[in-house]
Amino acid sequence: MNILEAKGLNKHFGGLAATSNVDGYIRKGEILGLIGPNGAGKTTLFNLVSGALKPDSGTITFKGVDITGFKPHKIARMGIARTFQSVKIFSRMSVLDNTRLGYLFGSTKEKEDKADLGDADAILDFVGLSGLGDRRAIDLTLANQKRLEVARALATKPGLLLLDEVMAGLTPTEVAQAMELVKKIRDRGITIMMIEHVMKAIMTICDRIVVLDHGEKIAEGTPEEITCNKTVIEVYLGE
Amino acid sequence: MKTRKKRYGSIISYIVLLILLVLMPVFISSSSYKLIFVANILMYVVLTVSWAMFSGPTGYISLATSAFFGVGVYSTALFSAELPLILVILIGGIASFCLAYLVGSITLRLKGMYFTMFTFGLVELIRNLLHWYEVNITGTVGRMVISPDATTIYYTMVCIFIAVIFASYLIKRSRFGLALQGIGESEDAAAHTGINVTRVKSVTFAVSAFFMGLTGAAMSLRWSYVDPTMAFDISRSFMPVLMAIFGGMGHLYAPIAGASVFSILEEIFTTKFPYYYMLLFGLTMLLVIRFMPLGIEGIIERLLKRKNSGYAEKS
Amino acid sequence: MMVKLVDILIGGLLMGGIYALIAVGFGLQYGVARVLNIAHGEFIMLGSFAAWTLFTVLGVSPLISLFICAPAFFAIGFVIYRVLYTPLRVSAESPAAFEGNSMLASFGLLFVIQNLALIIWGAPVKGYSYMAYPVSFLGTVFPANRIVTLFASVVLGLTFYFFLANTRTGKAIRAAAQDANAAELMGVHINRVLALCFGLGAMMAATGGLLLSMTSSVTTPFMGMEYTLIAIIVVVLGGLGNIKGSFIGGFILGLVGYIVTSYEPGLSMVAYYVIFLFLLLVRPTGLFGK
Repeated sequence: MNILEAKGLNKHFGGLAATSNVDGYIRKGEILGLIGPNGAGKTTLFNLVSGALKPDSGTITFKGVDITGFKPHKIARMGIARTFQSVKIFSRMSVLDNTRLGYLFGSTKEKEDKADLGDADAILDFVGLSGLGDRRAIDLTLANQKRLEVARALATKPGLLLLDEVMAGLTPTEVAQAMELVKKIRDRGITIMMIEHVMKAIMTICDRIVVLDHGEKIAEGTPEEITCNKTVIEVYLGE
Repeated sequence: MKTRKKRYGSIISYIVLLILLVLMPVFISSSSYKLIFVANILMYVVLTVSWAMFSGPTGYISLATSAFFGVGVYSTALFSAELPLILVILIGGIASFCLAYLVGSITLRLKGMYFTMFTFGLVELIRNLLHWYEVNITGTVGRMVISPDATTIYYTMVCIFIAVIFASYLIKRSRFGLALQGIGESEDAAAHTGINVTRVKSVTFAVSAFFMGLTGAAMSLRWSYVDPTMAFDISRSFMPVLMAIFGGMGHLYAPIAGASVFSILEEIFTTKFPYYYMLLFGLTMLLVIRFMPLGIEGIIERLLKRKNSGYAEKS
Repeated sequence: MMVKLVDILIGGLLMGGIYALIAVGFGLQYGVARVLNIAHGEFIMLGSFAAWTLFTVLGVSPLISLFICAPAFFAIGFVIYRVLYTPLRVSAESPAAFEGNSMLASFGLLFVIQNLALIIWGAPVKGYSYMAYPVSFLGTVFPANRIVTLFASVVLGLTFYFFLANTRTGKAIRAAAQDANAAELMGVHINRVLALCFGLGAMMAATGGLLLSMTSSVTTPFMGMEYTLIAIIVVVLGGLGNIKGSFIGGFILGLVGYIVTSYEPGLSMVAYYVIFLFLLLVRPTGLFGK
């Protein structure tokens, strides 16, 4: 069953086509990787799905409901959560309050079939931030700030989690921990789509990969298929 | 994250302040002039606290204070002869609330600058419109107002003061206040966490306008004559901003302190230097923005932190 | 019917020229120097008073005063930016914080300048008469000073446009308007360019005020705010950051104002406001914005 479907998505900025006629789907329970060179339109796609941007044309369907053009807060309450490339935590608030906000505003009552990870404290334990609840968010290390963003997203009880370069700037140890967390989240029944440049992570944990270049989808398949795909190799030559 | 001792400390100081205010007429033997002097200070405190209630956490600088105050003034001008006092004042507050919600839902969807620009012009717009209306439709400019005695006005302001402090406190401690803080940090992240950002901003803006409207209705009871130019005076948009910047906007005491100091200064300056006081206030604003952008509160909090970190090192 | 149309068109453009000038000035200060200069109108007011003083006290014609005031106000604006806004920009924790603080600083500046004007010239409205004789222009009769104003605004506008497009400084300004940090990295002396833009903005405001004083007797310390509002509305109408848009928007608004005033004199500001509201509701990026 497809949790998300996109048909014919287009988005232009001035003369630039950031997203060009993109079709796609995400199966429930899978981890989908989204890769492509810089400027390929990956974050734009995320923005279209999460409601931060409205597509010029095309439709997005989440669990069978057409969510094209919906406002971000509505989409968040329906069950799509995300993290940001430039970590957007609430800096001067405590770690606990950051998470509580997700819980208070993002998780509405009639949510059947939502992964319930418990209350804010339980979520902090889940992502590995136990005992740091009273710390100010800005005082955390980068890795912990990223954990916090994930915690806040998980607090909204999502069905689909969008991770935007969650491993950027992390040490190899931290990358391995992040990979474990992503798998743990999937094991709780949450579908994941992740943008990543760390190839090792993508190839190891993703079930399927979609490749974008200049706003268009140029390839799609399992990690093995993608590594052998000629077009993809050409696009990444020099990377 | 206040300690229990600190929180009890501030509650007690507010209660003491409240008792002083309630007993004030006794201290100054009901002198009309002195009561209105204190009421004037309370007016500025309420305007500043209301202003900081919205503009503080969100960072959207509103210059519409005078517009909402003026709406309250006109409620008094139109209804004080026919309706009971409490109704007149509530109408002033509610009308301001509605106006603010309308303005907010249109302009708060956009970047902060559009909002500020629009609020800047709102005062002039209403003034022009009313003036044109009074000249062309009703034929007379200005209205007469029936004034109750100074003690009534004074206690009305005390009630409004209590209400705004209470409201500020409740908002800060509620989920609504948390959402407001989140919006101030990152609107994008807040929206994606399920917060209806525009609505939260508009409601907060409207609540702050409510208190400005109440204040306008109450203070204008003292004026025997009301016209658009008196009611919609742009300097009343400026003073709360100056007072909030001077005092600070983090804790609740900051705008109260800033407004109290400044309104006393205003009273002194307008009588001693009637031709220079705007110049002095403008210069003060420039100096404060340049050299102490966090206001007096910033300085106080920095001193407190230095004192506390001394303790931490010891233990 | 045709004559009436031309009459309205010319009449609107005459005021529109001044609107265009002050809007471009404001646009430079906000679009490039990123200062929401609420005190813009006060520079307009100072320009009016400068012209009045030079004419009534020293007998200098406003057209000559223009060549004195323009560089003088450019210098004043430049210095104000360096002294007041540059330190704010350097110490600001984010561009948004700077925009907020600089707006508040402008608010302070507004009260300082207005009070100074009040002290120097007093509150009563001032005016003077210059080239007020009627002249026939394209079939309708107008006071000569209005025609001069129109020509002056168009000439100044075109000169500025040429300057932006073809000089090295103009290119630096356009680069800074796109991205101040990138421009700095590419060797532009950003503090100087931003101060320059602010100075140019002040110069245009003062020039607008000077031209205004030639055509209407409305010079008072309190005249500024209305024109700041008009500049804001024109800039939003034309598109924030679009100089050409501000210029054209000024003429459009001038036309609207002229038409409204001929039917209902007190309501021109209200009409501008309705347009502003409409823009914010439907197309905040303005006519020519991205």
